[in-house]
Amino acid sequence: MKPREIRLSTTPTPEAIAALRLGDIVYLDGLMYTAREGVYIYALEDKANIPMELPSQSAANFHCSPAARINADGSFDMGAVTATASFRFAKWLPEWMEKTGAKLIIGKGGMSSKDYKSYFVPNGAIYLSTVGYGTGALLGRGVERVEAVHWNERLGLAQAMWVIKCNKMGPFIVASDLQGNCLFERENAKIAQNIERIYEGTKPAVLKRYGESDDRADEVI
Amino acid sequence: MIANDLVFDTAKTLMEKAAIEIPQDYHEGLKRAAKSEEGDLSSFVLQAMLDNYEAAKQDRSAMCGDTGVPRWFVKLGNEAQLEGGMVALEAALRRATAQATFDVPLRPNRVHPLWRTDHNNNVGIGAPEIEYGFEPEGDWIDLISVHKGGLFGSDYRMLFPSDGMQGIKRFYLDSLMAFGKRGLACQPAIIGIGLGGSKDICMTLGKRASVLRTVGSKNSDPRIAALEDELTALGNSIGMGAMGFVGSNMVIDCNIEVGYCHTGGMPMSVHAFCLSSRRAVARIWPDGRVEYRTDPDWFTPYQRRETVDWHPLREAAE
Repeated sequence: MKPREIRLSTTPTPEAIAALRLGDIVYLDGLMYTAREGVYIYALEDKANIPMELPSQSAANFHCSPAARINADGSFDMGAVTATASFRFAKWLPEWMEKTGAKLIIGKGGMSSKDYKSYFVPNGAIYLSTVGYGTGALLGRGVERVEAVHWNERLGLAQAMWVIKCNKMGPFIVASDLQGNCLFERENAKIAQNIERIYEGTKPAVLKRYGESDDRADEVI
Repeated sequence: MIANDLVFDTAKTLMEKAAIEIPQDYHEGLKRAAKSEEGDLSSFVLQAMLDNYEAAKQDRSAMCGDTGVPRWFVKLGNEAQLEGGMVALEAALRRATAQATFDVPLRPNRVHPLWRTDHNNNVGIGAPEIEYGFEPEGDWIDLISVHKGGLFGSDYRMLFPSDGMQGIKRFYLDSLMAFGKRGLACQPAIIGIGLGGSKDICMTLGKRASVLRTVGSKNSDPRIAALEDELTALGNSIGMGAMGFVGSNMVIDCNIEVGYCHTGGMPMSVHAFCLSSRRAVARIWPDGRVEYRTDPDWFTPYQRRETVDWHPLREAAE
């Protein structure tokens, strides 16, 4: 079955979010900003003033560092844009969502259903995953223009807060819903049925590693 | 004498090609995967990747926004002479890396491990890596630009002879299971496996197997070539596809490289190249000719030699 394709605003209504189903393909319109560890630490831990009106200007937080440059005349050139793995940002996201009203978290790999249930759902937010993680050139076509770059001098180009005007930017895949279900966990569960068959005949390595035994009093042999 | 300016200009072009143009062997492999894939979500992802390669070429834009970590492999024919010597060569490659990062543009991914200092040009301490190989004949140099992606797709383990083939398969499956979920390995990818060597060389062999060998290439040892086929099929039988969705394409090709190791051990490393498999190669001749290609052709009989001295005629006869 071919997945559904949907256009969505980066300041979506609660109804539009509620209508999304796991595995839907989404294309975005409106303003989106990048924020990852550098922005989170500066805004949340160092209490810097966020240089945008959130969520009225944008409720879409992209976990991304673009391949981009700032020219000598101050203009921007953005080529490919690709997400970075989101699970590393779980530490800051609850506070960030509460503070900024972000409704769409866009990135790579998604979060756990525990994350979704504990702070995505209460904030009316869902997770969108980039596709294949390598469709940077396609996503680049959805960048109508770079509106602004904030904090680049402090954080560097990769960690700066880039504000992007999107025009049918995508594809993205809906990876969580308002019930807190997780697309990747659903797929993992299906694949897990094969594990016994494919591992048949193999045996654990002669020399163990910590992590395989969590008791540090154990020997690894 | 190979001119230093030519090395710089060629290196810049290679950086651009690697970032933008999908190598044909991998492209064909992914097209075959897209044709055979039955998982609906995996299938959508593979088609989007194929569209993305076209968009990158048309727009002269990097395939992936995470443009990886640029590195260099340099192969020199034994008679090659470089203007300014090896130090000038390294300077040209570092300058080209910085310039191409601005020109393409590439993402300035390289930072100090502790202070996170970013020079915004992919150059820093030990970056880009430059590794060398030599061939017994020739007055050319091969420049190979690789922008390795797949932050999550690699692992190392000290196995032992008693782990045997089943131990190798288990660690291989463990790596694919661990990094394939949610597609962290950016699969389907070229999977490189290093077997043997010391710990560092084991990693090097596996990395080179993934980034310097093409889809469809075979190890020159027929028994290792058979194992490559077996592991490709095994990886694709997991039931996992692109992004960790249900599917049947995890491994576009599995390449194995070996090196002699300590008699008591059997170290193994697993590496995933990524969905962009960024590599570009050029051979530069002293008369100024430059030939571009995408097959590094790194693992020649000389690179895999087993003997004390190099006797190409005798090796060929065997």
